This record gives sequence, C-alpha cells and structure tokens, in this order.
Amino acid sequence: MSPTPFTEQYGQRESMEYDVVIVGGGPAGLTAAIHLKQLAQQKGTEISVCVLEKGSEIGAHIVSGAVMDPRALSELFADWKERGAPLETPVTEDRFLFLTSQRAYQVPNWMLPATFKNHGNYLISLANVVRWLGRQAEALGVEIFPGFAAAEILYGDDGAVKGVATGNLGIGRDGKPSEQFQLGMELHAKYTLFCEGARGHLGRQLQEKYQLNAHSDPQVYGLGIKELWEVPAAQHQPGLVIHTAGWPLEHTTYGGSFLYHMANQQIAIGLVVGLGYENPYLSPFEEFQRYKTHPAIRAFLAGGKRISYGARAIAAGGLMSLPQLAFPGGALAGCEAGFLNAARIKGSHAAIKSAMLLAVATFEAIANGRQADVLEDYPQAFKRSWLYQELHRARNFKQWMSKGLALGTVMTGLEHTLLGGRVPWTLHHRHADHTCLKPASHCKPIDYPKPDGKLTFDRLSSVFISNTHHAENQPAHLTLKDPTVPSNVNLPRYAGPEARYCPAAVYEFVIGSDGEQHLQINAQNCVHCKTCDIKDPTQNIVWITPEGGGGPNYPNM
Amino acid sequence: MSNLRILVATKRVVDYAVKIRVNAAGSAVETANVKHSMNPFDEIGTEQAIQIKEALVKAKTGTAEVIVVSCGPAKSQETLRTALAMGADRAIHVESDEELQPLAVAKLLKAIVEKEKPDMVILGKQAIDDDSNQTGQMLAGLLNWPQATFASKVELGDKLMTVTREVDGGVETVKAPLPAILTTDLRLNVPRYASLPNIMKAKKKPLAKFTVADLGVDIKPRLQTLKIAEPPKRQGGKLVESVDDLVDKLKNEAKVL
Repeated sequence: MSPTPFTEQYGQRESMEYDVVIVGGGPAGLTAAIHLKQLAQQKGTEISVCVLEKGSEIGAHIVSGAVMDPRALSELFADWKERGAPLETPVTEDRFLFLTSQRAYQVPNWMLPATFKNHGNYLISLANVVRWLGRQAEALGVEIFPGFAAAEILYGDDGAVKGVATGNLGIGRDGKPSEQFQLGMELHAKYTLFCEGARGHLGRQLQEKYQLNAHSDPQVYGLGIKELWEVPAAQHQPGLVIHTAGWPLEHTTYGGSFLYHMANQQIAIGLVVGLGYENPYLSPFEEFQRYKTHPAIRAFLAGGKRISYGARAIAAGGLMSLPQLAFPGGALAGCEAGFLNAARIKGSHAAIKSAMLLAVATFEAIANGRQADVLEDYPQAFKRSWLYQELHRARNFKQWMSKGLALGTVMTGLEHTLLGGRVPWTLHHRHADHTCLKPASHCKPIDYPKPDGKLTFDRLSSVFISNTHHAENQPAHLTLKDPTVPSNVNLPRYAGPEARYCPAAVYEFVIGSDGEQHLQINAQNCVHCKTCDIKDPTQNIVWITPEGGGGPNYPNM
Repeated sequence: MSNLRILVATKRVVDYAVKIRVNAAGSAVETANVKHSMNPFDEIGTEQAIQIKEALVKAKTGTAEVIVVSCGPAKSQETLRTALAMGADRAIHVESDEELQPLAVAKLLKAIVEKEKPDMVILGKQAIDDDSNQTGQMLAGLLNWPQATFASKVELGDKLMTVTREVDGGVETVKAPLPAILTTDLRLNVPRYASLPNIMKAKKKPLAKFTVADLGVDIKPRLQTLKIAEPPKRQGGKLVESVDDLVDKLKNEAKVL
C-alpha cells in the first residue's frame, strides 16, 4: 500500500519541516512533545514539535486498566494536581484472588509481593489522562494533528529516517482515487520519535529495516479486553483494586484479570490473555465473558449496566525483549519499545519516563546542531534511570509465569518477597507468540457458554459500544501477504484461529459460491488492537493504518 | 462581478459514530468524555459555501467571503477551526454555556446577520443531537427572508438562487431572491477533508468572539425537557397462525384495537 504510485497523477507530495515529529498521541508521544517544549522554555530557545495521531481525537484509541504510579508524571509536572490532572481516585485497597470455577482464594496482603501493592497509586482512565496531557502539550505550543495517520516512513539517501508521510485520503475500496482524493503529506524532521504503542505498524517496519531486535528476546504480548460498567452504589467501593489469576484460563496460559472501582460508580473490568497460548480454539474474548460469571466477580456487576468496551495488545516481554531503542534519525519510546512492567501490571509510568529520557537526548542533540543520527544518549540514560532498575528487578516475571501458574507464582513470590528482587539468574523468552500455536488436531475445542445479553455479550454488540467507525469506501487495512494462506494453512491446520482471537469479529470464515470456506475480512469492525498482526501463525496478516480518524472512539477508557 | 458574503451556521454535537446513552441521573444524554464534532449537515453547509466561492473564482465572475458562526461553549471553537481548515475565511463564536434552543440560536444569528449583512445564510437542515429542524426556518421568519430548506442542489444566478428541495413526495424546485436562507440536506455535496497545511493556516484566520449580552438577545429556553429515556428494548416478533389469531393478539395483547 505504498502511496508513491499516485505521484505520477497528482504530483509530488507537499512537505512540512519540524525539528521533531512524533508518531502517536498517547502517553509516550505527548510526554516527549511536552518535555521537548519544557526544555526549550528552560533554555530560552525554540523547538518545533508536531504529533500525528491516527484517532479522531486525542484519547480516542486509548484503552488501559489502569492503576498509575504517579512517579513519572510528577517528574514531568511537579504540580500535576494543581493543573487538574485526572488522578482523582487513590487506591484504597488491594486484593489478589486465585480463582477456580466456583471458588476464590484471597492471598493475604502480607504475602503479596511489592509489585502487587498499590499504596500511593491512582485509579485512572488513561484516555482522560492522555486528553489532559494533550491540553498541556497544546498550551506549550505543540502542534497536534488528530485524524492523521502516519502511513509511511521516509528515508534519506543515507538510509536514515528523515520523517514520515501521512496516508492518502479518499482512496476507494478498489484502490483507486475517489472524488475526495487527497495526497498525503510529508513531514520532515531532524528526529522522528515513534510512540505507536504495542506492535506499532511503523515500528514493525523499523525493526526489520534496522534489525532492532537482533540482540534481544522476541517481544511477547497479551491481549487485554476491557469493559466499563456502571453499578449500584451499594456494591461500589471507590479505590478498590482486585487482580485475579487462574480460572478461566488454563494454568499453562499466561494471563489474569483486573477489576478496578473507579469514580462515578464505574467499574473497569478486564482480562489479559497471554498471546503465547497453544490451543487454537482459545478465544480471549469468550474467556473474558465467562470470567465475569464467576460468583466472586458477578457480585460486583449485578444490577449494573455495561457502558463501554475495548481491546488492545499489551507488550509484556519486559527488559529482555527491549529492542535497540535508537536508530539513525529516530527512536522508540513507550510500549512501542516495550517498557511496560508486567509484574506491576503498569506501563503508563514507564511510557512517560522513557519519553522524558528520549526528549532530553533529542533536545540536546538538536541544540548541538545534530540531526538524523543515532541518539546514543537515550539508551545510555535509560540504563542509568530508576525505570531500568525497576524493569531489571521484574525481568523474569513473564518468563516464570509462562512456565505455568503454580511455578510462576512460587518463583515470582520468591524473587520479589524473599529475595527482595535481587536474583542472579535471568530467564529468556525463547518463542515469539505466533510460533506457539499447536495444530488444531492436537487440541481440544473449548465449549464456551452462550452470551446472555445482560452479563455476557457477543462480539458485535461489544464492538457496537466501542463507537468504532471507519469510512466505508477505503481499502481493507488488514492486508494478507499471501491471500491463499487463510484457506490453505490457517483453516485446515489451525481451525481458523483469527476468527477466535480477534475481539472485534473482523475475521469470519464464510462459505463462498464455490461451496468452500473463505476468509472474509470485516475491516470496519477493527478496534486497532493488533492481535492479528501478532498471533497469525505464518505472520501472513499485516496490520497497516486505515484512513486517519477511523477506529474506536473510546470515552473514559 | 458578484461578490457574495455567505454566513454558514455550525453546531458542535456528539459525533455521529458515538452510541449515545442516557446519563446515570436520567436527566440528559451522557456527554462527558464523549467525542464531539461538527454537525454533519453543517459540514455540508460549509462545503457548499466554499464550492460557491470556488465556482465564482474559477469563472472569474467574482468571489465570495465565507464566514462561519457557531453558538455554544468554548469548545465550539474547535468546530469553527475545522470549518476554517476546510476553507472558510473567518469565524465568529457566540460564546455561551447556557442551553441554547433553536429559537435562541435563530435570534443570535439574526443579530449576527444584522452586523455582517450576508447575501445568504446556510444552515444544516437539523442538528443530529436534537433533530429539531427549526433554526433555519425560524431565522427566515425573524428576518422576513425567503427560505429554501432540505436543499439537494443549489444554483446561483444574478441575486437569485434556484434550489432543488427534497420533499416527502420527491423533489421540488424553487427560486428565491437573495438575501435568503438555505438549509442543507444529505445529497447536496460530500464535504472535503481538511488537509494538514490548511489546518495550519486555519490557526491564523480571524476568529471573533461575542457574548450573548453583546448581542442583546433573550435566550431564555421556551421548552422544558420533562423526561428522557432510552427506547424500549425490542421484543422478539411472534408468528400468528390465522387472521383470527392476529385480531385476537392485536385486541388483547397489543391493545391497539
């Protein structure tokens, strides 16, 4: 889907110049932008910064649990409270439960590792925090362009990144320009910072081009599926944080749930399923739906109403999966690189901190007259930072948990409580998620209960309340390297896992006029979670960005 | 040479892609944290004004000044910036945090019309939040101007507009002398995307602010919302065996006979 074929008809693209172009208006991207402006203000200089965001507005594509550690935000804005940052619900109580199909066993608080203790942290809607960050950024003079997707990386003759181009607008489903056609624009920068979140589509291209993960473990992911519920006041306890492990997931499948009591009688509830699962019949969406039926969980939702739904992949590999962070002309920050701390189930503070470190390195390079080279200071500053210390202590978490719930629990407890987080051993992620699927013939189908429409729901009614919308007349943004693979490989060997792992019913196998099953791609349902790009066994599905402004319109998710 | 001044009225509403729900208090539609954007019919109105200007410039018969106005809270300025980015020349924001019903908006627009003296006022046929379909008509009444509503096609002549209207029975063509009111329907045009350079340029275009007091208008609501509720859940359909069965059900279950 390269835009360059249109230049013969429509001429060269226009371009705009900035000191720094940032791809992604999430916590990392906005923090980098803010900090660059703060540094310029301190030094009495100017720096031009723009942020491209594919969502229709800042916050539209943000979905997260979430409990935030305010440490990094306090470094960005010491006066965040006075500025009205929406961190209004302090955590009042932590509970950790191991679930079986009927029972719940609570871990006594004294036994909980520090990573699961949230005193001093806040329950937040990350989307609202991001919207607030957007306002701070605009007040500092950052140019933010929501509704514009960065579709293409631009390289100089020396092979360094020199910027990005926005996608062409108004291309029909057949790939031909419609009446509304508008050529994309080029944005040139001294440095381009990529902050697309987990499994960014441009990040994937950068990894290939510069071999960024040549010396790190493969990144591994979870799929987080979340709902917001409004519940009666009687069963609502603001500040209560509950995490569970165990049922409904098998002990060999990494994952767990969160249940957070937010403000306004709302509950944020979700399940994270590790995408290294082996059984192609597993459906993360349906695991989440049946999780809600557990007696200890449904009690919180009784009499309540589901008001929002969303899903997003989570980069959970931690320190060992971090790629090389800087390359000629650019760098990665936030979940794009994979700074999330899976042991603490937190990534927003890591996104903010990593972005601040990157902003410092970028600002200093530009102040010294540099451009389009490697920001070596950034990875070095990261190694000296508290974020590195924190990720280093947690570096084995997912690897232990991937060996099974029992062993993982014991070893995590050992590492973090008895050994105080200082252990001499380092485990590695040996397998990328997409290589872990076993053939369907070796696995048992899972009998999921049907949705009841009150507590549990189907995919379509869920996508409905994510306010997902894509302009009708555009090519499908879920591309296949080889269109024959779904019918020749995915269906016979793996029983069509895409129809199960996608939380938005994008992929459907339907019987065609020839009596055979074919893959139908309902691209307009896509919530941009990136699971298909991660989990397709032959990596045949490549997610690229649709026209800017499309996708979910999450409220306070 | 004709030089037209076109005033386009726009409203910031809940985005059409959002699935609305009633708020927890049961008093209104939930708007907190919900995406808002320009009313789609107003986008069509803005596009039409710009197309009129472009046609005049291309035919070298004159030009048009496109002024876009919005009445509402501070965030209405985002809507105005979108219109400026599409190609409007300048913007007017009538700022108010109060509830503005169609009659109040029509009176505010009348005050703006008296200041700016446009040749045409273009409005969307209705806003997608209240579906009132009144403001354009009321404005025409207050100004005593001709109105052509539900426009699906507009042609401008010498101080005259010929408008094809979408009506229940089909289409109807009317002629109206300028100055006149036009309200847009869906088929009038397809609004253009605002390009990045135009979004940048829009920041420098003039945006004037007025308060309701500046315009001396009484905006007190005349309508009071008594109740707001979601539509009842759809019941499953039932198959009937015979006409007698149908009549019986209509009489005794649906109670409509």
